[in-house]
Amino acid sequence: MPTASDTTETTKSASAGPSGTGGTPHGRGTQRGRRKPEFTARRGFLIAAFMTPAAVFVAVFTYYPMIAGSQMAFRNWKLTDLTDTSWVGLKNFRDVFADPAWGTVLGNTGIWVFGSIVPQLVIGFALALWLRRKFRFRGLYQALIFFPWAISGFLIGILFRWMFNSEFGVVNDLLQKAGLIDEPVAWLADPQTAMFAVVVANIWYGVTFFTIMILAALQSIPEELYEAAALDGAGKVRTLFQITIPYIRVTLALTVLLRVIWIFNFPDLIFGMTGGGPNNETHIVTTWMIKITQQGDYGRASALGLIVVATLLVFAVFFLLATREKREVKS
Amino acid sequence: MIGKESTAGRATKFTFLGLWVVFTVFPLYWITITSLKAPGDIFAFPIAYWPEHFSLENYSGLFGKADFGVYLTNSLLVAFVAGVVATAISMLSAYVLARFEFRTKSALLMAALVTQMIPTFIALGPLYLLMTDLNLVDNRLGLILVYVAVCIPFCTVMLRGFFENIPDALEEAAMIDGLSRFGALFRVLLPVMRPGIVAAFIFNFVNCWNELFLSVTLMNSDSNKTVPTALNGFISSFNIDWGSMSAAAVLTILPTMVLFAFASRHIVQGLTAGAVKG
Repeated sequence: MPTASDTTETTKSASAGPSGTGGTPHGRGTQRGRRKPEFTARRGFLIAAFMTPAAVFVAVFTYYPMIAGSQMAFRNWKLTDLTDTSWVGLKNFRDVFADPAWGTVLGNTGIWVFGSIVPQLVIGFALALWLRRKFRFRGLYQALIFFPWAISGFLIGILFRWMFNSEFGVVNDLLQKAGLIDEPVAWLADPQTAMFAVVVANIWYGVTFFTIMILAALQSIPEELYEAAALDGAGKVRTLFQITIPYIRVTLALTVLLRVIWIFNFPDLIFGMTGGGPNNETHIVTTWMIKITQQGDYGRASALGLIVVATLLVFAVFFLLATREKREVKS
Repeated sequence: MIGKESTAGRATKFTFLGLWVVFTVFPLYWITITSLKAPGDIFAFPIAYWPEHFSLENYSGLFGKADFGVYLTNSLLVAFVAGVVATAISMLSAYVLARFEFRTKSALLMAALVTQMIPTFIALGPLYLLMTDLNLVDNRLGLILVYVAVCIPFCTVMLRGFFENIPDALEEAAMIDGLSRFGALFRVLLPVMRPGIVAAFIFNFVNCWNELFLSVTLMNSDSNKTVPTALNGFISSFNIDWGSMSAAAVLTILPTMVLFAFASRHIVQGLTAGAVKG
């Protein structure tokens, strides 16, 4: 059996750039044309055999429960009265929209998604640009700033809940020492500051993902491009907008897409930090869904779940269409 | 990126990098320090940034009063087995998705993306009923099966990127030398893939280790609880015991941080390979 060391060199050199794009961001990859003429039945059998375990797991434990759960959205499905699970059509959806808290929940979801993703993207991009160049202790630095990502959203919520504590919280203490506030702020008791606090916690968590993705994408840009740009006398800003960003556009677009989906569908942090409080004011759609599930109204919770899936699907389709041209050029 | 940096540029850069690392590390420092204070000192005023006397009382309480050792063992077992199985299964599907063109391929990739959009809570009820039928409620095997399914989609996409970064020529050469496709896969490709496989496994492990809602729903008895479920139990009462909570948090964070410290480089490669080509 060949050991890894025999072959790693080959891989490294091969994976250094996006398949020899010849120095332009619009070069065509060589990923196509790898199909080998092979006996079709055998090829089909191999594809089926290799895909089956993954497909079965996901079908049984993800898709089946989701589809089974979806039909609850159209039924009267309450833990308080399980004798009547009759079909109620769109009643659950009407109830969701008629809820007086719905406006707040929607607004909070917007703040949560955009308030988190924009700073994450900007800070993550800046860190990646700065980490690209080697400096002493870069490896250690990288390991340190990657740590938030090893922690669960729920636990991050707890961590920040402790720091934002109004009496014994370190945030108040530090801000007072810095002279920024005169007396302790009850961060998690006021809806405005509570929303701000959960977003700060989420930024703390999510910058890492952008840094990782952008950093790795930056490493695939051939140095010659920058050398050529320098020869042409392009400044820093022009280099950034005319070389760096176009070259990593695909990664940027896909990272943003994935992150929007994840953040939208990420109740864990808020669940751990405020539990949706004070007085339901920090709920986003998915924590609201948890609350309604806990109240036993499975029908309405499922309706909310379907609204989440539908919203994200529509978003993903539009996003992919909007960025498709650029994607095709590169992949 | 190339060329000389100005002094002002360097100053800005290192100021920003410095501030960010302080912001990143501080919460971790703070929870650790809190966990090492004697229970009475946690609520002392003024706040102590360095404890007057260190105490392991919060930790001993976790293992004395609560069965935290049991929870840690359960989490370790579930996350490890689910991580291994999910990585193995994803390797097969990733290989096929990277090396073959076939009609349902884009549909399968879209199906993987859609799994990321499904809120856990829409599936919980039916999943609970399904696990009841299978007699797998409150059973570590049951949780492992569910976690494997949760890990597969993203892991497949990630590993697919790794496979695509390896030239076909490598397998072709092996096959010309007389190995079968399976032989080429297992004896040539997988050893080269090792960093990617390690990254994917760690990613799966961390995901399972941190998962809360499925575990809370499926594991009822105290002897089967995982760590996140136990932590959730700590906050369900109105007054949080911050001493025990911070000690438990440190014990929960530590294993995954150690893994990340070892693997951050591989994870960078692994994630990007997956996403750039996805």
